[in-house]
Amino acid sequence: MAKYLLLKHYRGAPAPVNDVCMDQWTPEEISAHMKYMHDFAARLEKTGEFVDGQALAPEGTWVRYDGEGRPPVTDGPFAETKDLIAGWMVIDVDSYERAVELAGELSAAPGAGGKPIHEWLELRPFLAAPPTITE
Amino acid sequence: MDEALLRSLTPGVLAVLVRRGADFAAAEDAVQDALVEAVRSWPGEQPRDAKGWLVTVAWRKFLDARRADTARRRREDLVDQEPAPGPAPAADDTLRLYFLCAHPSLTPSSAVALTLRAVGGLTTRQIAQAYLVPEATMAQRISRAKRTVSGVRFDRPGDVATVLRVLYLVFNEGYSGDVDLAAEAIRLTRQLAAVIDHPEVAGLLALMLLHHARRAARTAPDGSLVPLAEQDRTRWDTRAIAEGVGILQAALARDRLGEFQAQAAIAALHADARCAEETDWVQIVEWYDELVRLTDSPVVRLNRAVAVGEADGPRAGLAALAPLDAALPRHAAVAAYLHERDGDLTTAARLYAEAAHRAPDLAERDYLTRRAARLNARR
Repeated sequence: MAKYLLLKHYRGAPAPVNDVCMDQWTPEEISAHMKYMHDFAARLEKTGEFVDGQALAPEGTWVRYDGEGRPPVTDGPFAETKDLIAGWMVIDVDSYERAVELAGELSAAPGAGGKPIHEWLELRPFLAAPPTITE
Repeated sequence: MDEALLRSLTPGVLAVLVRRGADFAAAEDAVQDALVEAVRSWPGEQPRDAKGWLVTVAWRKFLDARRADTARRRREDLVDQEPAPGPAPAADDTLRLYFLCAHPSLTPSSAVALTLRAVGGLTTRQIAQAYLVPEATMAQRISRAKRTVSGVRFDRPGDVATVLRVLYLVFNEGYSGDVDLAAEAIRLTRQLAAVIDHPEVAGLLALMLLHHARRAARTAPDGSLVPLAEQDRTRWDTRAIAEGVGILQAALARDRLGEFQAQAAIAALHADARCAEETDWVQIVEWYDELVRLTDSPVVRLNRAVAVGEADGPRAGLAALAPLDAALPRHAAVAAYLHERDGDLTTAARLYAEAAHRAPDLAERDYLTRRAARLNARR
């Protein structure tokens, strides 16, 4: 078993095929998109492959330690060009192939016109504690 | 209330119900009901035959549950009228449960979860904690597994190899939460060895004991990895090693070699050396040759290259490594180590960094990154 993180991006990822900004979708299209992802998560719960998932706000702040006794440096709320994570889901699956299959399915969430957005998702394996080492 | 006793009895009780023809899921529900009943009534007076008590209550619960289903009542009444089969050796029942849980129709993760639940008697919460997934997710995984094997009948012996693979998977998961899966795997393999006479079961048990014996020395207090050669051998569990070696020798004497026995033999040779320099690498290479013959797996060939490098020098090791696919897990790490020993520190540092990048877990990545950094700093 291996855990993978599926990352959705606000920006920073390559443009999806069906590239229409969400604020230009109809409310029904947005509902359909949300329902798709909700159903996806519910199905993975049933297959025993779901671990966790959350949506994230588009506002992100970069923070950095700036030395003893000094306040941390932040770049303010105006992130212009950086990659921003829109949400994530953690799955626990039998194989890399299964993780790719599920990510592909999630990427097909419907967007404008009810058509799949073909969004790029990032798939990252978790680094875990070491198993038995066969020296 | 003796929780350990209940846990040890649970699989046997479940097995009896399954043998009597109860559907797996229904049998499990009935056993759970019987356990609740036991927790309630045993503090007063614990029955002399605890298992017999549990079987009787669980079977009654099972029949009650089926009778409650009015649509099925007539059919169930017929089942009820059948005389209960007489006592059968508990060994056969437990074995049946092992084979059921390792059924080929289950994915490896489902087989592992079901085995821990049904044979190990762990709670769903304990299994979920050990695998770091939500309890609801693990509950679904287990009930899917139960559905998959419901209706599977056992009229012929199953494949022991599949059962052993599942137990080895459990062992390799290590531990987290309040259940040590390695210890649990050893406990289950011991049980299996008690009910089935098979040299490879003994081989796997020996292999687990020998690996487990080195666990305390394998990681430093800060969690970082300590390679075999640098391990403090006084921290190895000599009792587990002695037991593992004894089991292995008895298995080897039967002259039916399998891959677990061969792997255990290699582990035993490592355990036998008082210090790394005393390791009998020549004999280890011979066992790797046996393993290659038995499995012909590229990973085994990779490990063999390490042993050849120790027995005949790094150049020989690199020659053994040359025909192997560089995409194999740990290939870069092995190549880095052999180049380092051969004195080519530049290549070694580059390969350590590459290996770190591809490491499957945190401790290994840290270890390899440090090796690369150490060589880079020296140049």
